[in-house]
Amino acid sequence: MTTNGTAPTRRTPDAGPEPSRRVWWRSLVDPVVRGVSVFGLALAGIVPLVLALVSTALVAIGVGALLLPYAHALVRAHANLLRWLCGRWFGVSIDAPYRPVEPVSGGWVGGSFRRTARLLRDPASWRDVLWLFYNVPVGGVLGLAAAVPVASGVEGMLMPLLWRLVDDGPGGSAAYWYLFVPVTTDTRAYIALGIGLLLLLAAPTVGGALLRGYARASRWLLAPTREAELTTRVAHLTQTRHDAVDTRAAELRRIERDLHDGAQARLVAMGMTLGAAEHLLESNPQAARALLNEAREASSKALQELRDLVRGIHPPVLADRGLADAVRALGLESPLRVEVVAELSGRLDPPVESAAYFAVSEILTNAAKHSGASRVWIDLRWESERAGARTGPGRLRVDVTDDGCGGADPSRGTGLRGIERRLGTFDGVLALNSPQGGPTLVTMELPCVLSSPKTSSS
Amino acid sequence: MRVVLAEDLFLLREGLARLLEAHGFTIEAAVDNGPELLKALLEHRPDVAVVDVRLPPSFTDEGLQAALKAREQVPGLPVLVLSQYVEQLYARELLADGTGGIGYLLKDRVFNTDQFVDGVRRVASGGTVMDPEVISRLLAANARDEPLAALTPREREVLALMAEGRSNAAIAQRLFFSEGAVSKHTSNIFAKLGIRASDDDNRRVLAVLAYLNAER
Repeated sequence: MTTNGTAPTRRTPDAGPEPSRRVWWRSLVDPVVRGVSVFGLALAGIVPLVLALVSTALVAIGVGALLLPYAHALVRAHANLLRWLCGRWFGVSIDAPYRPVEPVSGGWVGGSFRRTARLLRDPASWRDVLWLFYNVPVGGVLGLAAAVPVASGVEGMLMPLLWRLVDDGPGGSAAYWYLFVPVTTDTRAYIALGIGLLLLLAAPTVGGALLRGYARASRWLLAPTREAELTTRVAHLTQTRHDAVDTRAAELRRIERDLHDGAQARLVAMGMTLGAAEHLLESNPQAARALLNEAREASSKALQELRDLVRGIHPPVLADRGLADAVRALGLESPLRVEVVAELSGRLDPPVESAAYFAVSEILTNAAKHSGASRVWIDLRWESERAGARTGPGRLRVDVTDDGCGGADPSRGTGLRGIERRLGTFDGVLALNSPQGGPTLVTMELPCVLSSPKTSSS
Repeated sequence: MRVVLAEDLFLLREGLARLLEAHGFTIEAAVDNGPELLKALLEHRPDVAVVDVRLPPSFTDEGLQAALKAREQVPGLPVLVLSQYVEQLYARELLADGTGGIGYLLKDRVFNTDQFVDGVRRVASGGTVMDPEVISRLLAANARDEPLAALTPREREVLALMAEGRSNAAIAQRLFFSEGAVSKHTSNIFAKLGIRASDDDNRRVLAVLAYLNAER
């Protein structure tokens, strides 16, 4: 189970610098840049720490309650920066532990009081402050400890040149102290160079280890507690259940309305036409025949409407063949040229299949309407949780790429948001990459179970 | 003419059997599930089979699968597939072998008895009968495609009717042309789609196939 409860939209996590692109000097520069950053951030943490403490202390006299939300916004921004850096630089991913932010009512003053109450009830707020207490000294020291050996090693390497700057001639007493070595002669300068070299060789490894250790230790306070994780999860489930029930109810209303205005009305009209025909049968067979003809046409219209309705609920090819062929059938119906590649060796759970199908259908419709694309590539694959397994738990991944003009934006239009909500019910996620000028790539992922392939239907 | 019938709803099966018998067909077998259909097709080798797509035991596309399997073993075995829905994907699968003797119609086309029986006869004689709904959806989806773009609107109209399985005479009647004009149009269509002139009746099937596969 992923703990990604808060954000339904997630991009592929950044894996950090790729090893293949690493160059040797990065191993010297990284500990310095990162160590100094950690050091600087640790010191900068004093500001939010003091603000948080002061405003908490002032809550008792009321003023604090107005300040506390701002102080904590700063604390959280600071902590989130560290969380992000821990993931990006040290490979220690830390989820945000905060309870979901809900809008509060009651103007600025009242709202501030409510926000304050909420912040004080969220254990994550206290853990953040605790972390700042710990981080100011520990982050400061460890950051320096990672950066200084490298700088010092470089200094040692330059010693044969540097000591001459303070050299006051033979017999002079001035010495350039390099660590514990008073450099007064060339020989000593070369000893210093040797020490510097050793330092330079050891520093990246030691510095990296120190910083990673620091990141892991920070996770202890920065990551959500089990309780916070569960709280987030419950909030997510409540939200998606709410959405699912809503969607379902809207769907049922639509079906009811369609039946009422469509097939039902036609059947009533048909009954009336047949009654009239019956009445005319003896007196005016010609007119009766015309009415019967009309009734037959009405019956095929009613059938047509029922067909469309069923197609909208559960498309026949999806029921017969499963997702891959159903998406192929969608492609055939689309005005765009659609190429489908599918790697699915079995069937998915019907609700998941259906959600994925309607999502693809919606995306294709969007592409045809707005993107100006002429071709679409759809890639369906199922990835197992266990390497190499052909069935069992895993995730369905759907990529839809078009050659259109891009610039799709989920905040305009409700289509993509609707898909997100639908997928959210299954803990699925949707990511959109649509730069101006195209192309547009929509990626969807749905955790699901793949059942063993249906044996031939004979 | 000998017919094998597959339909799982008792009322429809009986109705179809009565209808076909009334028009002079002989019902060799009337079955209600996929495996039995395949057995009956291979055993009786009927002049034409009338098959419902959705059949027990799985209630998926078993009728279609059985028909395709039987045609693998008996190439060109005439099959008229009936369905509550018409799907392009299934139409393509039925036509893929290019041998003709294929029909794919909505179930409610049965209402129009004459047209339906006519369709059964045409399939039995190796023709191709596609439901107008498949054709109109194809027309909508394929409007952009290259090989068909060369056709004039009139020729498209003729091709659509040809795909529905109509003879030149029927097309002429429908479009209010002379039969000569229709055959001129059809030979133009064959030429534009690159189908060689020959006495082979299946040129019409090939044209329909080219039509269905226009974007490939």
